[in-house]
Amino acid sequence: MENDQIDKIIEKHQSDASSLIQILLEIQRENRWLPKDAIERVGERLEVPLSRIQHIVTFYKAFNLLPKGRHEIHICTGTACHVRGAPRLLDSVQDLTGIKPGETDMDMKFSLETVGCVGCCALGPVMVIDGKYHGKMGPSKSEDVLKNYE
Amino acid sequence: MSEILLQIDGKEVKASEGMTIYEAAKSAGIFIPTLCHHEKLTPYGACRVCTVELETAGRTRLVAACVYPVERNMVVRTRSVKVGKTRKVILEELLAHAPDSEDLRRLAREYGADADRFEKEPAFCILCGLCVRYCAEIKQKYAVGFSDRGPRREIIFIPEVASKACWDCKECFELCPTSYAQAAYVLTEALAFPDRASASAPEE
Ligand code: SF4
Ligand code: FES
Repeated sequence: MENDQIDKIIEKHQSDASSLIQILLEIQRENRWLPKDAIERVGERLEVPLSRIQHIVTFYKAFNLLPKGRHEIHICTGTACHVRGAPRLLDSVQDLTGIKPGETDMDMKFSLETVGCVGCCALGPVMVIDGKYHGKMGPSKSEDVLKNYE
Repeated sequence: MSEILLQIDGKEVKASEGMTIYEAAKSAGIFIPTLCHHEKLTPYGACRVCTVELETAGRTRLVAACVYPVERNMVVRTRSVKVGKTRKVILEELLAHAPDSEDLRRLAREYGADADRFEKEPAFCILCGLCVRYCAEIKQKYAVGFSDRGPRREIIFIPEVASKACWDCKECFELCPTSYAQAAYVLTEALAFPDRASASAPEE
């Protein structure tokens, strides 16, 4: 992410250190994750020590400090999805993408995460890709779905 | 400035508003053990070794003396059976993290704490925050900070800052009750700026 893009976000918040979390979230919204350079830039501009920012970005799970792929796969492992076969779904998605939860593949195509309940248990097992819900997923169905993403 | 009268271990103690129980006790010559407390730093209340029993309106509860402000007519007990037992368990828990800490072992002997009571989970750091607070408040270098939360919480040295700020300071090593601050620094140095150790003079 370019510095002037970051600066624009910072200026939108009047370079106010109390908007730190908001600024970081906005950078992440544009960039999908928070690169170290961006964190350093924010620290410099807001005059907030790096150790403080580090504490905040590691404290809140909303921040990604590792690169994220173009598409984010979330597999529900909540109780209902679990009994409906989420473990098998997760296994097959891991095989298809070659990554484990928390990881991103080399081509930056997919990032995989597991989540608790996503609130539509009747559709379980559920896989959410970029916010789109795919219900009643089984190993072969998930393969068809993943094929549609570039 | 209002003066506050309270009772600590049966002794009448005069304190002024804004003082903590620990400070009031100290001024009256009553000793309360501490680990995370440092007189130059903002009270933090992390270790709970300074736990005392507080009686207000007929009820007792346990509070951390190093952060709890004095109030009129409060009755504090620093050596009751309950206090002793509580400190013992706290020490046993801390020892599961840092079994070899001299400070902890000394207190453990005093309170009869069993270092092997809980399964060892040596993180070595007890998260007392002395290194972090000292670096931020006194030195204003912010070279070391906390990271993550819950059971994964730890202290980390920020390589970019540590490589410049730490080489002629290292004052947190002395403060650390477990030696983990030094270990964490040495590891950071070895991984992130190994040449610093051999370079004799700083560039700036
Ligand atoms: S490294 Fe030492 S001083 Fe720093 S928080 Fe851990 S135990 Fe306390
Ligand atoms: S000295 Fe009071 S909590 Fe650590």
